[in-house]
Amino acid sequence: MTDLATHPTPAARGRSLTDDAIARLRANRAATLSLGVLVLLTLFALFGPMLSPWPYDQVNKDHVWVPPLTDGHLLGTDALGRDLLARLAMGLRVSLAIGLVATLVSLVIGVAWGATAGYIGGAVDEAMMRIVDVLYALPFIFFVILLMVAFGSNILLIFVAIGAVEWLTMSRIVRGQTLSLKQKEFIEAARAAGLGRLAIVARHIIPNLLGPVAVYVTLTIPAVILAESFLSFLGLGVQPPMASLGTLISAGAQDMEMAWWLLVFPALAMAATLAAFNFIGDGLRDALDPKDR
Amino acid sequence: MLRFIGRRLLVAGPTLLVVITLAFFMMRAAPGGPFASERRLPPAVEQNLKARYGLDRPLPEQYLAYLGGVVRGDFGPSLKYPDKTVADILKQNAPVSLKLGLASMILALAVGVSLGVLAALRRNGVLDVGAMGLAILGVCVPTFVTAPLLILLFGSTLQWLPNGGWNGGALPNMILPVIVLALPQAAILSRLTRAGMIEALAAGHVRTARARGLPEAAVVLRHALRPALTPLVSYLGPAAAGLLTGSLVVEKIFNLPGLGKFFVISALQRDYTVVMGMIVVYAVLVLALNLLGDLMLAVVDPRVRLS
Repeated sequence: MTDLATHPTPAARGRSLTDDAIARLRANRAATLSLGVLVLLTLFALFGPMLSPWPYDQVNKDHVWVPPLTDGHLLGTDALGRDLLARLAMGLRVSLAIGLVATLVSLVIGVAWGATAGYIGGAVDEAMMRIVDVLYALPFIFFVILLMVAFGSNILLIFVAIGAVEWLTMSRIVRGQTLSLKQKEFIEAARAAGLGRLAIVARHIIPNLLGPVAVYVTLTIPAVILAESFLSFLGLGVQPPMASLGTLISAGAQDMEMAWWLLVFPALAMAATLAAFNFIGDGLRDALDPKDR
Repeated sequence: MLRFIGRRLLVAGPTLLVVITLAFFMMRAAPGGPFASERRLPPAVEQNLKARYGLDRPLPEQYLAYLGGVVRGDFGPSLKYPDKTVADILKQNAPVSLKLGLASMILALAVGVSLGVLAALRRNGVLDVGAMGLAILGVCVPTFVTAPLLILLFGSTLQWLPNGGWNGGALPNMILPVIVLALPQAAILSRLTRAGMIEALAAGHVRTARARGLPEAAVVLRHALRPALTPLVSYLGPAAAGLLTGSLVVEKIFNLPGLGKFFVISALQRDYTVVMGMIVVYAVLVLALNLLGDLMLAVVDPRVRLS
C-alpha cells in the first residue's frame, strides 16, 4: 500500500499477444510438464556420459548382460559389456541432434520455398506448389532408404535426407499463411503508410508466420527422430559403435529375452522424448491460436 | 467427376516418371553392383552377365529401355534370381503385404472410429481418457517397440501366438503383426473421429434432429457421424503410406515374406530391377489411394466440388 502512495501508478502496460500466448502456454499443464521433461532429457543427453565411469563404446567381455543396479552399472550392460547408461545418453544426444539439425534443414527449405511461392504468387506459385504436390505423392521413406543404401549411411546424409523429406508440409503451411497475410488490412495499412516491400515482409509477414511455423517445427522434431530410429532399426541409420535411440532399441529387441533392460530403457527414453515434443507442439498451437479454443 | 479423374491421372503420369527416374539413377549411382559378391567373378564372366542384362550399355540408353519396358508392363528379369522375373517376385510377395495392410486398415478403422465416437459422446469419461491414451501411445511408441514387446508377452512368455513367420497367412500368425501395424493408424483415426464428432454434435442440424425428437442412436448414426467422418476419408492416402512404411519394420520383425522385407534386402543386394519394380508398385498404390480418397470425399461430402 505504501508503495502505491509513494509511487504514482505507472501507466497501464498493455499485454502483447506474445504475453498472452506465454500465459496460455503456462496454464497448459501437459505442455509445461513436457517442457520440464525435455529439459531433463537434454541435460541427460549432454551430461549423462559423466554419470558413468565407462565410455559409451568400451567393450568389456567379462561384464556381458549385467542387470541394472549391479557392479556400478546403473542401467546394466549390453551384449558386449558396454554400459547402457553411457550408451543411452549418447544415443539420446545423437537422436536429439538429428532431430534438431534435420528440422532446421526442413525449416530453411520449407520457409524459403513457401514464402517465395506465396509472396510472388501467380504462375510461379502455381508451378512451385505443383512440384510440392508431385513430391508429396512419392513414397519418400523408400527414397531415403535408397539414398542410405546407395551412399552408405553417414550422419550428414541422414540430416539432409530426412530434412529434405520433411520440408514439404512446412512449405505448404508457410505459403498458405503468406497468401492470407498478404490480403490482410494491416498489410494494406502498412503499404498505405509508405512502408517498403522488404520492411513489410520483415516487420509484418515474418513475425506473423512465426506462430504456425514454431508449432510445426516442434511437431517435426519428433517425426524426424522417429524417421531416424526407423532407419537405424533397419540397419541403415547411425552405424556402431555410435548409438541412437533407434539402434539401441533395435539391439535391445534382439536381446530382449536375455536382457529386458536393453529394450525397456531406450524405449522409455524414446517415448518420453516423442511425447514431450508432441505435447509442447499441441500446447504451442493452442497458445498461439486462441480462436481454436 | 470424369474430368477430375482424368486430370488427376494426368498428374499421376509425371509423378510416376519422377519416381522412376529418381529411383533409377539413385540405384545406379550406388557403389557396387548386382554381380559384385564376396566371390569375385572372373572379369569375362561378369562382362557376359552384364551384357546379358544390358548393363554394359550407356546409362541413358538403359534408362530409356527400362521406361519402355515399364510402359509395356514388363519389369524385366531379377538380377539376383536368374530364374525369376520381377513380376514373379512381386506376385509372390505382394499378396502377403496387401493382406496384412488390408487387415490392419480394417482393424484400425473399426477401433479408431468406434473409440472416437464413444469418446466424443462421453467427453472426459473412461472411454475418452482411454482414447486419448491410445492416441498418445500410438504417437510415442513406434512399431519397432510394440512389436518386440508383444512378441515377448504373447509369444515367448505366454506362448499363445507364434513369434513370427507367415504360415500361409494363418490367423494366429496374422494377429500380432496386424495389431502392431494398426495401432498407430487407429490412434490417428480415433483422434480425427473424436474431433470431427465433437464438432458435428454441436452443429445446427444435429440440434434440429434432437429437437424433432429423434432417438439418440438415429441422431448420432444418421446425422452426426456422416459429417464427422469426412476428415477420415481424406486421410486414406496418408494412412496407406503409413501402413507401407510400417510394413517395412513389421515384416522384418515378424519375418514375413512380404514386399517390405524384400525391398531392403534387394536394395542392399543391388537387384536393380526388383527394387525399381517395388518402387513403382508402391508409388502406384499411394497415388491410387490418394485419388480414391478424394473421390470418396466428394461422395461423402456433397459440398466438395471436384474440379
